[in-house]
Amino acid sequence: MTEETITGQLEEQEFSINMGPQHPSTHGVLRMILKLKGETVEEVKPQLGYIHRGIEKMCEKLTYAQTIHLTDRLDYMSAHILNEAVCLTVENALEVEIPEHIQYIRTIMDELNRIASHQLWWSAFGMDLGALTTFFYGLRDREKILDIFEETCGARLLLSYNVPGGLMFDIHPNFQKRVKEFITYFRKKLPEYDALLTGNPILQARTKGVGMLTREQAIAYGVSGPSGRGSGFSCDVRKHQPYSAYSKVGFKEILYNEGDSFARYKVRMDEMWESMSIIEQLIDNIPEGNHAVKMKAIIKLPAGEYYQRVEAARGEFGVFVVSDGNKMPYRMKFRSPNFSNLAAINTMASGQKIADLIAIGGSLDFVIPDMDR
Amino acid sequence: MRSIINYLKEIFGTVRALLKGMGVTGYYFVHPREIVTQQYPENRATLKMFDRFKGEVVMPHDENNEHHCTACGICEMNCPNGSIEIISKIQLTPEGKKKKVIAKHIYHLGMCTFCNLCIKTCPSNAIIMEQTFEHAVFNRAKLTKVLNQPGSKLSKGDKK
Ligand code: SF4
Ligand code: SF4
Repeated sequence: MTEETITGQLEEQEFSINMGPQHPSTHGVLRMILKLKGETVEEVKPQLGYIHRGIEKMCEKLTYAQTIHLTDRLDYMSAHILNEAVCLTVENALEVEIPEHIQYIRTIMDELNRIASHQLWWSAFGMDLGALTTFFYGLRDREKILDIFEETCGARLLLSYNVPGGLMFDIHPNFQKRVKEFITYFRKKLPEYDALLTGNPILQARTKGVGMLTREQAIAYGVSGPSGRGSGFSCDVRKHQPYSAYSKVGFKEILYNEGDSFARYKVRMDEMWESMSIIEQLIDNIPEGNHAVKMKAIIKLPAGEYYQRVEAARGEFGVFVVSDGNKMPYRMKFRSPNFSNLAAINTMASGQKIADLIAIGGSLDFVIPDMDR
Repeated sequence: MRSIINYLKEIFGTVRALLKGMGVTGYYFVHPREIVTQQYPENRATLKMFDRFKGEVVMPHDENNEHHCTACGICEMNCPNGSIEIISKIQLTPEGKKKKVIAKHIYHLGMCTFCNLCIKTCPSNAIIMEQTFEHAVFNRAKLTKVLNQPGSKLSKGDKK
């Protein structure tokens, strides 16, 4: 919709304003056209396209092994989980049996990735609401995970660690030791997060009852991940359709029924504890094995359609591949969690103040390149 | 009366919660040893990246200026974004046979996404990842590199 039509609809005392594309709280280039009455938000219209790279189209000209490095660049905060989604799609299509060694490492990496992502979310959420301290504390602890990644995968953020049929390298000899050190360390540091921010009355005043999303609305909009679970919508793919080693570990699906920004905050905080317990269950029991299954040099999927979903840090991520039997996909479609989560923002923010929109956006934990592929 | 009590309660609760938060920051204020900031670039001499860190693709040469690249072009084919260009030439061997050798192994550092596919697929392990990371230059042309050194040739052990 163009701006003319928006201003055309304005009534007396209403005005429209652009939030973004360069607004610091969107952590990327997201433009939201707001219809305001005084300070009250009447309508939010997200406008995408500022960071569109045509990744789905690019995938049609790449082999399956090559598409993986592009999925890093969707939700860069859950790069490993997204890589895994593509690998699982290919492996399931070819009916390759993945040994437990690989499955365990993938699951541990997934959870480390999830913790790192939630740490950054916590840091940035605090910062959006005016608590700059959180940013330093969150990044301090995230650094430890990034070091683990760097030692094993060779990269800190865009890992490209999965390949169809396994992993790029085997884990580094220090991996288990470092992960265990990190868990011990972070179990001590996570309560600091609560002391700093969770109990803070300013945070609570700004998030409790702000950005309500009922369970029905969450389902209707397809809001998944921690944002959906904050509305009581049980949507954890790890529970409902376990992949890799998730069927072998015990963990709780965190559900809060309030549906406000604070509930979404609590879901993520509790998920970090759950992720740590998942890692602890696996880290000592990684079976011996090879880090990759022998695959053909040129991978061709049999003609057909394949879909695989995984639980990324922000919600359900899906890969849909249509193959015509060639070495490149005929069509590759990504179902990205952030795009669906963004769809609910108008429902959540209308009637609230403009400052609440920042809190709502923060509690949805946007990663713009994932919406706008 | 009740509302005043509630109001005061709220104020005290708020102050208590804020003090709790400041307790954490205060702890680090008096324990500077636990602060983990790295003083880059002052610590350049001691800063060592992990062995697997993917910084830049290089082609190692031995003391005789010999490398292992056979100009097969597999890395070029596997690179997802065209960061590698293989320019080969035909050379006559002493026995008079024609042989393809590498003329230029061109690597565009500015386009590389460090996916590691070229290194993983190279059949003769001719290229590796170097751990350098200070890649900023003033001129973009400097990011295009020729990996095989001038005058270098294929290592003896690798004859096809
Ligand atoms: S670097 Fe390796 S893959 Fe590339 S042309 Fe040389 S031998 Fe072939
Ligand atoms: S690391 Fe990846 S992007 Fe870079 S040159 Fe090698 S194959 Fe190309």
